[in-house]
Amino acid sequence: MRRVRQLFALTFLLGCCAVIGAEPARLPADQLAKAIRNDAISIPTPGELFAALEKPGKPNWVGQMRGPVATTYKNRPQIALNLGSLIADGFIAVEAKDSQQVKNIGTDIIKLAKALGVSENVLSRGNSINEFAENDEWDALQEELEATQNEVKSSMQSHRDQDLIILVSVGGWIRGTQAVSAAVMQNYDERAAKVLRQPALVSFIQSKIADISPDMRDEPLIKDVSGELPAIEKLVTFPAGKAPSADDVRKVNEAVGKVMSRIQAKDAK
Amino acid sequence: MRLRQSSRAPIFSGLSILSLSILAAIGFTTATAFSAPESDTEVAARKAALDLAGAFSNEGFKMRDGHWSGTIKPKEHALIAVNLYAGNQYWFSIGATELAKKIAVNVYDETGKLVQTEGYNEGEKAAAGFSPTSSGQYYVMVDLVEGNESSVCLVYSYK
Repeated sequence: MRRVRQLFALTFLLGCCAVIGAEPARLPADQLAKAIRNDAISIPTPGELFAALEKPGKPNWVGQMRGPVATTYKNRPQIALNLGSLIADGFIAVEAKDSQQVKNIGTDIIKLAKALGVSENVLSRGNSINEFAENDEWDALQEELEATQNEVKSSMQSHRDQDLIILVSVGGWIRGTQAVSAAVMQNYDERAAKVLRQPALVSFIQSKIADISPDMRDEPLIKDVSGELPAIEKLVTFPAGKAPSADDVRKVNEAVGKVMSRIQAKDAK
Repeated sequence: MRLRQSSRAPIFSGLSILSLSILAAIGFTTATAFSAPESDTEVAARKAALDLAGAFSNEGFKMRDGHWSGTIKPKEHALIAVNLYAGNQYWFSIGATELAKKIAVNVYDETGKLVQTEGYNEGEKAAAGFSPTSSGQYYVMVDLVEGNESSVCLVYSYK
C-alpha cells in the first residue's frame, strides 16, 4: 500500500512538472525592464480611462465637472500641469454631453496654450472644438481633444520645452484619476474601481519627472507634485485582478485631490 | 485595399470609406507626432498600421492618437510597454514595410506571462486583440518572423 502511495505521489509530481513545462516561458524581469516606454504610447489618454469606467454603468459625469480654473498663471510648469488637467476636463464635459462646458474649456485650453507660446496649429483647434460642440459631435470632440493634447506636446518638442510635455500628461492623469475616483465613490462598483490600479504608470511618471531639468525639478510646485507621487503609487497598487475597496478609492481620491488643489492654486510658485 | 477578412479578425467592411480617413490620420499624426522626424519607411509602416487599425473603427473601436515607430531586424523583436484598463477591449495593430514578409504580435502581462489574444496576420500587418481583466501594465511584443530589416509601427484602438 505504501509503495502504491509513493508511486501515486511520484506520478502526481511528474504530472505537475509536465503542466508547468507546457506553460509558455515568461518574459524575464530584465527584459520587461528594458521595454520601450514613451509618453505617446505608454500613458493612456483620459478617454481610455473614462471608456473603461463607463462599462459597468454610466457614471454621473455632470457631478464630476468642476468650476472654471484660472488661466492667468505665470509659472510655465504650472501652466503645463493645468493645461493637461483642462484637457481631462474637456473629456469629462464630452462624456457629460455638455456642449457649452466643452466650448468654455476649449477657450481656456487655448488661453493656456497661448501663454506657453505654442504654435498656431494648436490655436486653430479651438475653432474645431467649438464647431464640434455646436453640432454635438461627441466622438469627433474626443478625437479633437486628444489631437489638441498631442499638438501642444508637439509644439513643446519643437520649442525645446520637452520638460513640459510630461507635465501635461501628469496634469491630465491626476485630474482624470480625481474625477474617476470621485465617480466610483458616489456609486461604488468593483468593476469600475478596478480602473484605478495603475502602479506602473505612476512609476513611469515619476521616472519622467526625475529626468526633467534640475531647475524645473526644483520648482516648489514640481517638488510638491513629485513628492506626493510615491504615496499615490502605493495607493493605486492593488493586487492584480482585485478591486480596491470603497475606502481604498476614497484614499486615492483624497491624495490626487490634494495634488490637484496644489496645481490649480493661484499662489503656487 | 489589400485587407482580407479573416475568420478571427473583425469585419473589414467599408474600407474604401476608411481610406480617406486613414490618409487624413496620417497627415494628422505627422503633424502631431512629438518625436524626431520620421523617415519614408517609417511613414509607410505607419500607413500600414493605420490602415489595419482603421478597420477596427467599424467595430466601434477608437484609435488612440499616438504611436510607436522603430526598426526591427530578422528574428529580433521590439517590446513596448502600455498601460491598459480592465473593462476596455483593445486591438494592437502593427504595420511594417514590404521588406517584412511576416510579422507577429503578442501581448504579455505585467509578470511577463503570455496573454491569450485574438489574432490577425497578413504579411507585413498583424494585430492582436484582448480584454484585460486587470488594469495595469502590459507589454506588446512585435517580432519580425520572416523578411528583411524593416520599419514597424504600433498603434492601438480601444472601446
